[in-house]
Amino acid sequence: MKINKFYLALLLLALVAPFFLYPVFLAKLLCFALFACAFNLMLGYVGLLSFGHAAFLGTGGYVTGWLMMNSGLTPELAILLGTVAAGLLGAIFGKLSVKREGIYFAMVTLALSQLVFFIYLQAPFTGGEDGMQGVPRGNLFGVIDLSDNINMYYFVLAIFLFGFWLVHRTIHSPFGQILKGIRENEARATSLGYNVNDYKWVAFTISSALAGLAGSTKTLVFQLASLTDVHWHMSGEVVLMTLVGGVGTILGPVVGAGVIVTMQNYLSGGELGNYLHIIMGFIFVVCVLAFRSGIVGELQKVWKRNFG
Amino acid sequence: MATFLGINLFGLFGQLLVGLINGSFYALLSLGLAIIFGLLKIINFAQGAMYMLGAFAAWLALQYIGINYWAALVVVPLAVGFVGVMMERFLIRPIANEDHLYSLLLTFGLALMIQGVFTHLYGSSGQSYAIPEELRGGTKLPFMYLPDYRAWIIVASVVVCGLTWWMIEKTKLGAYLRAGTENPQLMQAFGINVPLIVTLTFGFGVGLAGLAGVLAAPIYSVSPDMGSNLLIVVFAIVVIGGMGSIGGAILTGLGMGIIEGLTKYFYPEASNTVIFLVMVIVLLLKPAGLFGKEA
Repeated sequence: MKINKFYLALLLLALVAPFFLYPVFLAKLLCFALFACAFNLMLGYVGLLSFGHAAFLGTGGYVTGWLMMNSGLTPELAILLGTVAAGLLGAIFGKLSVKREGIYFAMVTLALSQLVFFIYLQAPFTGGEDGMQGVPRGNLFGVIDLSDNINMYYFVLAIFLFGFWLVHRTIHSPFGQILKGIRENEARATSLGYNVNDYKWVAFTISSALAGLAGSTKTLVFQLASLTDVHWHMSGEVVLMTLVGGVGTILGPVVGAGVIVTMQNYLSGGELGNYLHIIMGFIFVVCVLAFRSGIVGELQKVWKRNFG
Repeated sequence: MATFLGINLFGLFGQLLVGLINGSFYALLSLGLAIIFGLLKIINFAQGAMYMLGAFAAWLALQYIGINYWAALVVVPLAVGFVGVMMERFLIRPIANEDHLYSLLLTFGLALMIQGVFTHLYGSSGQSYAIPEELRGGTKLPFMYLPDYRAWIIVASVVVCGLTWWMIEKTKLGAYLRAGTENPQLMQAFGINVPLIVTLTFGFGVGLAGLAGVLAAPIYSVSPDMGSNLLIVVFAIVVIGGMGSIGGAILTGLGMGIIEGLTKYFYPEASNTVIFLVMVIVLLLKPAGLFGKEA
């Protein structure tokens, strides 16, 4: 089992990483990697481009943030409820948007997430333009102090691994096979007796709940929930991460998130910070024109050509 | 706020006017999107950026070359249309045979770049563009004061939309275009240069956004993000109307503007969201959209 050894090596790397790199940065990276994996479940395996995933990231973040500040719940419960809230919102969005296909699906999800953006902008509990600041991290299960960055990192890693495993399981389950069947030939899936829209809807709900999980965790890491997470820019960013890493590959979104988050981190501090959006737009254009398989997709091609 | 009946009506008509003006822009932008979609089957995510480009081009032309509003009204849409032609020819055509989602992502990336460049050059605070002298006056109507420039926007938008509709539905050129929408291969076989028509159509659709930008420059502040927020609303309008018909795109655009205006008067808290809510209702009741043909 070559593949298992590969994953084991990655896991080891993730376990020792916080001793060499800043743990908060690594935790941020894992949050976005989970977000991108959730998004890729829709684009890569159902073939539907959601341009509204920021709504779920933001919802998870706001709900968890509010609970941590006002309810006295332990962090794992606050994250769970944030995830459930995002999943419920996703179930509603999904019911509405799976009725339309392709480009319309992208427009419907974008418009719905803009609706959510305006609601959070005006709602009193989100703190409007300021967002929720100083969200406490609390004690995990009431005992482990998460204000310690290393503890926080391992908690995030555990959440990420759970999310990654869930996506992996979903894709390789009979349910996932049907999703791929729908992506390849929807009419055929329908004629075989599958209720295509129901499958898309369930996939969308799983995807949005996982995006919410990423958002909930991110709020805890940064102790902040803000409108940035609900803005359409964020929806675009997750598309870019997935595209750069490789649409429809398991590890692609993780690699893509790593590349984009690292790039943002280096750029935003320095001279080039002003050019961030220009550079991201440029990467989009280059990826679409010349690099549609993404980093992992291209590597897989090379691997197949030489060793396959 | 308003206590007297007269003042009430004054406010209502005022908001209706604002709604009609917004509707004029919605109509121009969704018309451009619908035309492009008809032939290319793609949605131009850069349509908002092109609208912004139009407004900025008008502002820059006045600032640095002294081209006045009326000249800009002709030159700028042509220039923006030319940008669209280049975009289609050199960026979109090479990936025309790939999944349409890729061209959507391509135009999204371009929109980010264009918006980023203008934010970098001119900051995110807006520039102001003076209303042309000829249109600075206004007319006093029974219930409201109608500034000339606002009336002009509505008239200009309706005339341009009407002409475009007539051109597509009633002329020979329009017949080619509609035939190209139905069956491009057959058209090509008849000896009609379909790629050229596609390129020019894209340029025209984008040019409409440029024109909307010039019209908008004197009343909205000319800023890099003026297009992106507007575009998302226009997407909702496109979903509401469906892209089956040119006339449908125009009517939905104007209609949604009016609904937004009424909401601003009766329940201002929802004015940002009302169009999205209408979209939700339409998706529930008539998923293909009001004028849509696909299932």
